[in-house]
Amino acid sequence: MLKDEILLKIEKPARYIGGEVNSIMKDKEAVDIRFAMCFPDVYEIGMSHLGIQILYDMLNKFEDTWCERVYSPWTDLDKIMREEKIPLFALESQDPIRDFDFLGITLQYEMCYTNILQVLDLSGIPLFAKERSLEDPIVIGGGPCSYNPEPIADFFDLFYIGEGETMYRNLLDLYKEYKASGCSRAEFLHRAGTLPGIYCPSLYHVTYKEDGTIDCFSPIYDDVPATIEKEMVADLSDMSYYPTKPVVPFIKVTQDRVVLEIMRGCIRGCRFCQAGQLYRPLRERDVEVLKHYASEMLKNTGHEEISLSSLSSSDYTQLPELIDYLIEECNRKKINISLPSLRIDAFSLDVMSKVQDVKKSSLTFAPEAGTQRLRDVINKGLTEEVILNGAKEAFEGGWNKVKLYFMLGLPTETKEDMVGIAELSNQIAKVYYETVPKEKRQGKVQIVTSTSFFVPKPFTPFQWATMSTKEEFLDKAHVVREAVKSQLNQKSIKYNWHEADVTVLEGVFARGDRKVADVIAKAYEKGCLFDSWSEYFRNDLWMDAFDECGVSIAFYTTRERSEDEVFPWDFISCGVDKDFLLREWKKALGETVSVNCRQGCQGCGAMKYGVGVCKEPKTGA
Amino acid sequence: MKLRIKFSKKGPIVFIGHLDMMRYFQKAMRRAEVDISYSGGFSPHQIMSFAAPLGVGIASNGEYMDIGVDSLTSSAQVKEALNAVMAEGVRIESVKLLPDTVTNAMASVAAAKYTIEFREDYEPNFDLFGQINDYLAQKEILVTKETKKGFKEMDLKPHIYEFSFDTAAKAVSMLVDASSAGNIKPVFVLQDYYKFCGKEAGEFDFIVTREDTYTNIGTEANPHFVPLDAVGEDY
Repeated sequence: MLKDEILLKIEKPARYIGGEVNSIMKDKEAVDIRFAMCFPDVYEIGMSHLGIQILYDMLNKFEDTWCERVYSPWTDLDKIMREEKIPLFALESQDPIRDFDFLGITLQYEMCYTNILQVLDLSGIPLFAKERSLEDPIVIGGGPCSYNPEPIADFFDLFYIGEGETMYRNLLDLYKEYKASGCSRAEFLHRAGTLPGIYCPSLYHVTYKEDGTIDCFSPIYDDVPATIEKEMVADLSDMSYYPTKPVVPFIKVTQDRVVLEIMRGCIRGCRFCQAGQLYRPLRERDVEVLKHYASEMLKNTGHEEISLSSLSSSDYTQLPELIDYLIEECNRKKINISLPSLRIDAFSLDVMSKVQDVKKSSLTFAPEAGTQRLRDVINKGLTEEVILNGAKEAFEGGWNKVKLYFMLGLPTETKEDMVGIAELSNQIAKVYYETVPKEKRQGKVQIVTSTSFFVPKPFTPFQWATMSTKEEFLDKAHVVREAVKSQLNQKSIKYNWHEADVTVLEGVFARGDRKVADVIAKAYEKGCLFDSWSEYFRNDLWMDAFDECGVSIAFYTTRERSEDEVFPWDFISCGVDKDFLLREWKKALGETVSVNCRQGCQGCGAMKYGVGVCKEPKTGA
Repeated sequence: MKLRIKFSKKGPIVFIGHLDMMRYFQKAMRRAEVDISYSGGFSPHQIMSFAAPLGVGIASNGEYMDIGVDSLTSSAQVKEALNAVMAEGVRIESVKLLPDTVTNAMASVAAAKYTIEFREDYEPNFDLFGQINDYLAQKEILVTKETKKGFKEMDLKPHIYEFSFDTAAKAVSMLVDASSAGNIKPVFVLQDYYKFCGKEAGEFDFIVTREDTYTNIGTEANPHFVPLDAVGEDY
């Protein structure tokens, strides 16, 4: 435990003391494997993540394993730990991370990469995997960014590709065997690299062409697979690895509520969306099991709110039944229900009016693009008519706040599409003034229009797309801002846009290769940390790091990619074929939409799993 | 119906601040399925109020909160149900039913008793006991207190009810004003006493435990302090 003097000096000491309700204590002498599970960001962010809660629950259900938690120390403690040479510790036992068998790091977004190095550094673990010894834990990464692990491959011993519930037991058994046999770390990693879903970067060799793209990416041993297939849970109605007793933080965290995952995967096939491809096929959880879990989790945590988690909750076929149950249960217990990712229609408006204060809450639409043409390019099956009808019904129901989300920099985007963002915002305001008579209005309608900048992601049809430069992004935002200003209802519209520096870096890491690792190490060395926190993001240091390492940003962002280019992530199979993605890319450029998985099969490749939506009869377009 | 709940707080959890302890107990009430009352309105909240906020880093054997309940079981049932869902370091010490006439916990607070021990390497290098009587015998004990609005001078003397040093236990015991109008921090008194002795003490030199929180059932001139739960009854 940190000394009292330190705990009294730093912000939010509760981040570091452990002891939360439902955290798991075990006798360290009585377990074989000690696993430190890390979310490389501050406690309040890390504690809000469902995936880690699932893995924490699963690993601790294994009698021979004790899984503990560790997060990035905030900058105040980081400084003290460096000055006083205090090693990073796990929350439960407060023991140093370096004494653990495994350090698992979840990779949820690219901008956490310097925090990974912070965690390794403060733990006293060499940053580069090749420099580690028997004394060091096995460092294993997982989560969405591990679908292109190459920019951080040098820092990891292993990556777990896919859903965590399936292969950890095999990996831990192999580890126990290795510990008992006294074979070398390299031998263990070699054997681990032959397990399904486990990628060991040191077992692969990459050669590059003169133009910098990959020539050949291949395993150095015959028994190591050339392609790593993602791991996937076939039957989600089995919730034996879902926590009924999630840890309850003392301090307010970002997701301070019970989170009920109702399904995985998405039928929609939006062409910019990585999650929509990675988690195919859509698999629903059983509604009866979910009801039981909701009640258990509320009882065991005492949380005052429950939220449903999925990529598109409206597509859950048992949603009305689940919501009826939750409304009854939660009204009785004075618990709030939060319903993100609902499509706005008559059903969802009815539900929302029951579970939230209409006057205070806002409606959210994510048209993503300003014109129907561009929405067809990105395969966002949301028409202007649907949006305006939804808004009309909502205004009739008493809402007067609307949030709109768009992206700038999408493939084929023209000025018309940018202006369209302002025009659609204006249209919605117009619907309000036409729908709600003057005497019933409570001031102006409030429309908040936000744009983010588009980053092409691996395993999406847009993985071939070029990305805009920082200057282009800011010019686009400027066009939208001016267009908003020229609208009739401009006083009802507030326009927000993001800074572009971080987006450019995200673009590099998203489609980066092994050459990027040195830049990350260099930036960390220069002091970059908590890059996703605007108050700590230092673009100047990052630019210096790229310069000094001789790595070109444009190579990863704005460069045109040919159809047959070997991508750094091509050795991974997420279940969706590259052929399918290429077909979708061409359809996008032809402004042609694809139907969703319930309407018709597009032959993406996920049918091979034979589960979920792939087994349902199709309804036709 | 109102219940007064006494709890203790020790160990690492002393680093959880007052607002977070309130959130902690709101969740604990739900886990223990206490039939707590809620306010009306669209976002109802639990009827719960705390007696005297405890500073971060301070342990306590006598913290109090009042809650409203819609039905009565028994003191023992509520105590047991809550203790079954407590985090390590927090224990429910008593649950009493309050008569309707009792004012709420926060307004009832008059005084608090503290034990102050010395951190390793911070034991006083002088006879701490020696000058306590001289210190207390001063006509007034003027100090400058930093408030939100700047500095203000005040007389500590009427706010210190007891101040002694147990040589064997190497611990200071202090009963001081804890009312909302005149709350005194024990470390502040001790630092002033060190100054009186020509010494200096830092803020982190001491380990502070609040022993109990009191209400005054006497008069202002002739106070009679009893623990806050003395005004309630087992049920």
